[in-house]
Amino acid sequence: MQKTKQSISEAAQKLEAAYRAFGYSRYTMSKFEEYDLYLANKNFLVSDAVITFTDFNGKLMALKPDVTLSIVKNYSAEDGTQKLFYDENVYRAAKGAREVKEMRQLGLECIGKVGSYQAAEVVSLAAKSLSALGENWVLDLSHMGFVSGLLSALSVGASAEKEILRCIGEKNPHDMLRICKENGVESTLAEKLAALAELNGSLEAELPNIAALSINAATDKAMQELSEIAEMLKILGCSENIRLDFSVVNDMSYYDGIVFQGYLEGIPMTVLSGGSYDPLLKKLGKDAGAIGFAVYLGLLERYFTHKAEYDTDVLLIAEESDSPIDIAKAAASLAGKGFTIRVDNTVNIRSKFVMKVSDALQQSGL
Amino acid sequence: MINIALPKGRLGEKVYAILEAVGYGCPAIRETNRRLIFENEENGVRYFWVKPSDVAIYVERGAADMGIAGKDILLENDPEVYELLDLDIGKCRMAVAAKKEFKDDREGVLRVATKFPNIARSYYLENSREIDIIKLNGSIELAPILGLSDVIVDIVETGATLRENGLEPKEDIVDISARLIANKASYKFKNTELKTVTERIRAHIGEDKK
Repeated sequence: MQKTKQSISEAAQKLEAAYRAFGYSRYTMSKFEEYDLYLANKNFLVSDAVITFTDFNGKLMALKPDVTLSIVKNYSAEDGTQKLFYDENVYRAAKGAREVKEMRQLGLECIGKVGSYQAAEVVSLAAKSLSALGENWVLDLSHMGFVSGLLSALSVGASAEKEILRCIGEKNPHDMLRICKENGVESTLAEKLAALAELNGSLEAELPNIAALSINAATDKAMQELSEIAEMLKILGCSENIRLDFSVVNDMSYYDGIVFQGYLEGIPMTVLSGGSYDPLLKKLGKDAGAIGFAVYLGLLERYFTHKAEYDTDVLLIAEESDSPIDIAKAAASLAGKGFTIRVDNTVNIRSKFVMKVSDALQQSGL
Repeated sequence: MINIALPKGRLGEKVYAILEAVGYGCPAIRETNRRLIFENEENGVRYFWVKPSDVAIYVERGAADMGIAGKDILLENDPEVYELLDLDIGKCRMAVAAKKEFKDDREGVLRVATKFPNIARSYYLENSREIDIIKLNGSIELAPILGLSDVIVDIVETGATLRENGLEPKEDIVDISARLIANKASYKFKNTELKTVTERIRAHIGEDKK
């Protein structure tokens, strides 16, 4: 695991600058939201562990586990197309963990008239985010419309569909083929699904391959969108580390378009996650489209060390014989010269220089 | 350098033999000592011996790029990993077992003793059967004999252990075998290496079948 040279705050500043450069402005919100909002949209959340409390009016509130839902809830078509980014703390439990933790999350949303240019813009900002965070990164891109288009052609029950979707997410062709067989899925179709699960490569190299997997109008449409976005990404200058990979699987009732996940070398889990979530807008009664992503800065803290070589420039040793007035004179003199100092009588501090009060006084002619 | 977590025990030994056969040998691993990490720079591989039920955690958290775990462990813990291959070894099944004379008349709550509470819970949920789960860590067969539970949900291979204790398998839940799993991020950054390992093992298994 490599430790990077910048601190989390420096990284966050770079991200903010990148977003502002494309006209995104900052959205801020409170720590709490009504619990109802999350209860009604449980499957949109990453984890369902939410900290709740009753406020003084008897209303059940939650420490926000998510920011997107609040942005969407407050969106109104009269606002036109909104381009927002946020830097907030969310309260979530990691999968399988018992404790809810406070985690810093940076994110971006484009809501309103969202077409394929907007999608490409958002994906390019995701790519910029990753490159600001680390030298070696990968952004996996997929399209839930393609996946759902293929699944609909299977005519299997909901639970088999769920299993098959899981196999795609796990890059698991062997269980996939078994489930297809058990459910009477015709073998060429099953093999297309298995190929979809294993697919992984650069946009340029793999797009022709998914053309071979396209079987109906829905998959054709998705493929066209992907091709268009791929071309724009090239123009926007960031298709280098973007890969086509269908193992990025999101809940189909909220995501029906492109979805993507970002990884940094040396960090074992997803650091960025996003996609187009028009169905959520519809569900909340908004007549608009939306696409966005979140960067899990909280997860990155431990990989972004900013350990300076020294705790201080000068360790000023105050001996028993030194009077407090002399110590003050020595300290003022050194500080006046621009050094960071620490007045102490132990040597367990990492400092560039070590100096006695008497020597400091002598040096400054006091 | 690929980091591979091997499950301690019979399965791990079998898997290592396959890896050695396809070019990922690490002779030091055969030395009898208590070391847990073995590295072979030439073949670009580093092995760790890990408790079988922990392999998935090492892989999920990136301490290992790849690992071999039984499907039972994967189903029980649902780790966030890629499952690249079915090694077709370590084959057995997860089943409900009980005393020979036991019959579930679906009256009242069924007491289920198991090492796999999540698998048991989801199996009985599908059947809308209300259960009381008793999580044990070993010698699960004791539970129905001593009246601690009505049934058990456990791994069955030949069924000999069950038979010797007067129990028999009642319902099959799912087939189990050893699977090759990989850390998702490692798959992105060590893509060629991981794909090569997978393909070599896949070819080797295919050969064996013929």
